[in-house]
Amino acid sequence: MSGFPDISIPLGNIADFVVNFLDKNLEPVFDFIFWMTSTTITTFDDILNFLPWWLLLVFIFALGYFFQNATSGLLYAFLIFLVGSFGLWEELMITVAIVLTAVIISLIIGIPIGIWMAMNRASSVVIRPILDAMQTMPSFVYLIPVIFFFPLGNVPAVFATIIYAVPPVIRLTELGIRNVDQEVVESAESFGSSRMQILTKVQLPQAVPTIMAGVNQTTMMALAMVVIASMVGAGGLGEQVLVAINRIDIALGFEAGISIVFLAIIIDRITSGIGNRFQRDKGDQ
Amino acid sequence: MSVKMKLENVSKIFGPKPKTAIPLVEQGKSKEDILAETGNTVGVYNASIDINEGELFVIMGLSGSGKSTLIRCLNLLNKPTTGSIVVDGEDVVQYKGEALKEYRQKKIAMVFQHFGLFSHRTVLGNVEYGLEIRGVSAEERQEIARQNLESVGLKGWEDKYPDELSGGMQQRVGLARALANDPDILLMDEPFSALDPLIRREMQLELLDLQERLQKTIVFITHDINEAFKIGDRVAVMKDGKVVQTGTPEEILEEPANDYISEFIKDIDRSKIIQAENIMIRPNALVSLKDGLKVAIQEMESNGLSSVYVTDRKRQLQGIVTIDDAIQGVKEKNSLEDVMIKDVATVKKEDYLEEIIPKAVESTYPIAVVGESNRLEGIILRVHVLSSLVAEDIDE
Ligand SMILES: Nc1ncnc2c1ncn2[C@@H]1O[C@H](COP(=O)(O)OP(=O)(O)OP(=O)(O)O)[C@@H](O)[C@H]1O
Ligand SMILES: [Mg+2]
Repeated sequence: MSGFPDISIPLGNIADFVVNFLDKNLEPVFDFIFWMTSTTITTFDDILNFLPWWLLLVFIFALGYFFQNATSGLLYAFLIFLVGSFGLWEELMITVAIVLTAVIISLIIGIPIGIWMAMNRASSVVIRPILDAMQTMPSFVYLIPVIFFFPLGNVPAVFATIIYAVPPVIRLTELGIRNVDQEVVESAESFGSSRMQILTKVQLPQAVPTIMAGVNQTTMMALAMVVIASMVGAGGLGEQVLVAINRIDIALGFEAGISIVFLAIIIDRITSGIGNRFQRDKGDQ
Repeated sequence: MSVKMKLENVSKIFGPKPKTAIPLVEQGKSKEDILAETGNTVGVYNASIDINEGELFVIMGLSGSGKSTLIRCLNLLNKPTTGSIVVDGEDVVQYKGEALKEYRQKKIAMVFQHFGLFSHRTVLGNVEYGLEIRGVSAEERQEIARQNLESVGLKGWEDKYPDELSGGMQQRVGLARALANDPDILLMDEPFSALDPLIRREMQLELLDLQERLQKTIVFITHDINEAFKIGDRVAVMKDGKVVQTGTPEEILEEPANDYISEFIKDIDRSKIIQAENIMIRPNALVSLKDGLKVAIQEMESNGLSSVYVTDRKRQLQGIVTIDDAIQGVKEKNSLEDVMIKDVATVKKEDYLEEIIPKAVESTYPIAVVGESNRLEGIILRVHVLSSLVAEDIDE
């Protein structure tokens, strides 16, 4: 038996070097991103905490009522009420603020990339395998790079979440645009539309239902990162789960866990309700 | 009649190196060989056509013959590999950027086989589209869109979505959308193929109506020879990317340029193409009402006829008299007007054979062809009705 020969390829050192290099030279950039992101999170959190709790319940009911029906609205409001009764209201607000921030940034990044991939075959060929890799990688891995660039807390959590959650919205934006009937695009072209006009007046509106499905998936994945992200210091429900695991506190673990499930149900139903609404507006029924 | 679009040697080759295929086509190699050799597909080769102002020009050919490729060259959805397309004195193939946009926005519009409607927009929003692109104000473009919808019979459907409409109605939206831009040239790529036969016939007639009113230059594609000959002022037949014959439907029927076309027109339903004026003949003899019976008998005898048509001085049809009735009438001292048969079968010059056949079957006399104010234009012998159904005997 012979052991592995004494060859060492210093990939780790290279990674270390790159991260250090970026950290030093792009410090102002990272500072700015940090500031932007943490401000966004705090603002959402402040707004959510500023509103009276019952108004939030009414708002949840209204969303459910508008995008589904009255029964769903009541159910969603009741689920949120339950979370409050567990004593996890503030944690819920932080989690919502983090997820909301991560989703918004994911959409701001993801939709344009999806559009670009739909317009440009080469970019699609290059980016696709990257997206595949991003999705197959265990989500813990994303925690590593972000903690080099940002101090522990909500901001690295948001970025780890983005890396994990952004692929679906990119993919489905591309798919939605590519799948627009060729004849429909050509008919727009035959009227002398510019490329921009074709995109904004035809391709994007036609792709909305597919893009909404991507938004839904991205949101669900962001939510799935809540517990993992708390390992780099994110507060909220995920943190409570982590605490419960450490303390083997079954009661807390169950309550925090089930709260995340409630949140997932509500967000899933509402975002897919929005998607269906777009479909119906098209007159598909 | 002036030429609106002049196509000269237009070729469109698809593939990595389109120009390399041109010399091979010139050598007469087949599409398959060229594809195998160079990886290029010949879509259209060397099409030269003049399309006249205000005519309904039909391009016909089997599937894959290059019809769509050619029509899409006309609005540059396909850029021709070689050749020129001169519209109003300018070669549009050279157009780029703004000039191309302007050409598409103002001069030429297209109707698609599967309608190509925007399902996220209302019917009105669809029809407005072309004007919206040009930056016409919302108020003005809605006004124009409404007018155009009304003219295709879709008043009241403005706020529906396309998929709430039947196929025929959707294609009317497509037509209204194209017309809203008030283009000089209307391109229609198999616009009625997706519709069922009844709706299709209706739409064909409406298109002819519309053409009468608007006098656009229309390029219409079909693989249905009956449709081509029914609506086309002139027809171009394509095969394997080449235009093999151009002419009026009658010219093509009478003198098919080659076996391919003969084969093509073999299964045409001639009864839907041939009109009374194509098969009527000038009557050898006619009598006037005031000529009387004796003249009528004389005319029939000298021409060897068993009956003769009677007109008045303005050549308006009065009736027909047979030799037997005439002789009987002379014996009984009756007048021509007394013995002639007034209730005769008549057809109009533009009636199709399919309408003439039943009359020919019922009547025992030649059929009278009448024009304005019942003027006798000619007669159709019953034997000609049947023989014209058989291709070779058309040139009567
Ligand atoms: N974008 C393209 N790329 C490569 N080949 C093409 C392309 N478009 C058409 N062709 C080829 O050009 C030829 C002519 O096709 P075209 O679509 O013009 O036929 P068509 O007469 O319109 O037939 P159909 O009645 O089926 O519509 C075919 O061999 C087709 O495969
Ligand atoms: Mg075609």
